[in-house]
Amino acid sequence: MRLQPKTILTDPLINDNPITYQILGLCSALAVTTSMMPALLMSLAVTAVMSIGGAVISAIRHQIPDNVRIVVQLTIIASLVIVADQILKAYAFETSRQLSVFVALIVTNCIVLGRIETFAMKNGVGASFLDGLGNGLGYSLALMSIAAIRELFGSGTLFGVTALPTIADGGWYYPNGLMILPPGVFFIVGLMIWAIRSWRVEQVEQPEFRIRHVHRTEASS
Amino acid sequence: MSHYVNLFLQAVFTENLVLALFLGICPFLALSRRLDTAVGLGAAVVVVMTVTVPLNNIVLAYLLGPGALEWMGLAELDLRFLSLVTFIGVIAAVVQVLEMVLDRFFPALHQVLGIFLPLIAVNCAILGASLFMGERRYALDESLVYGFGSGVGWALAIVILAGLRHKLRYSDVPNGLQGAGITFICAGLMAMGFMTFSGIRF
Repeated sequence: MRLQPKTILTDPLINDNPITYQILGLCSALAVTTSMMPALLMSLAVTAVMSIGGAVISAIRHQIPDNVRIVVQLTIIASLVIVADQILKAYAFETSRQLSVFVALIVTNCIVLGRIETFAMKNGVGASFLDGLGNGLGYSLALMSIAAIRELFGSGTLFGVTALPTIADGGWYYPNGLMILPPGVFFIVGLMIWAIRSWRVEQVEQPEFRIRHVHRTEASS
Repeated sequence: MSHYVNLFLQAVFTENLVLALFLGICPFLALSRRLDTAVGLGAAVVVVMTVTVPLNNIVLAYLLGPGALEWMGLAELDLRFLSLVTFIGVIAAVVQVLEMVLDRFFPALHQVLGIFLPLIAVNCAILGASLFMGERRYALDESLVYGFGSGVGWALAIVILAGLRHKLRYSDVPNGLQGAGITFICAGLMAMGFMTFSGIRF
């Protein structure tokens, strides 16, 4: 199966988005999106780890013995994540403090391992790099949209710049605390999925069974 | 004693790994379709967390922490940046050993938990619990309570969600919300429920 580089790159943006369609890699997506700056750094880290990790693993995919592949993959990803973590600590210390353990948790982020297992182990270096990049960008897109909603309505700012002046600062906007709290993000992602699936109807999951209303004349007596 | 009770309640409810800190969301959503799967996975998580968190605490205290290698004459060494690789190695090893032990001595239990154990090695809730333990500098006894409490919290959340989804099968969900969407909304409502426990202390 020969895939077009362009589709590998653009498919994961909306159609096959890691967060809203594959439902993978959610842990960090939900945890770091209270404001946009940590979300941006997290997106960059994940995209870098996914594309480089995909390319590296794809390059050595014929040498990896099948029954220890998970350990090999985890070791490569973990090394990349440590590098990313150290870079963030060096150049963006304050934000990396807010990200706390979540950068380290990219290691067990299932989207990274998922793409490597399903794509990089079977395809060439270039294609794997593009797949990692595409999925990373799809992840980033979802992350940034969630973070924008949460920061705008939760604290009235975007990237820390006031967009809706809050009552506490003498403005008119009364911030919605639910957006910042954990339950809010579940609702946002749920509603996002609903919105995307109303637009892309082919993504709708079939229910296990439908309830059929039986008219009383049809009912067997 | 009340310190441990508070720590336990905090780990189970107010800082529930999945509903407040969003760790282990993927298996939480993917494996909560059936109640019996959820119970099996939950039990496996409790066991693995209760073992790995104190174990990683020991590793951190005697091998990686600042000054931990004093007995080797390397007192100024601080290897905490290696904790990520070490923790994941410890977790993978524990899971592997646990699987062999269960298979040898408790075949009935292995039947139930067996298929979930390999999955757990990449469950971020397990790694997350160990990383939080390191970040918050828990002592060994505290880390045991924290590991057990976090495991119980995670298991409780997935079992409740599985029960809710079981009931949801009989309800008329709008098309776009079917499946993933409605599960997120349910999880959000559950998170609100768990949050109400904040402030309860003994």
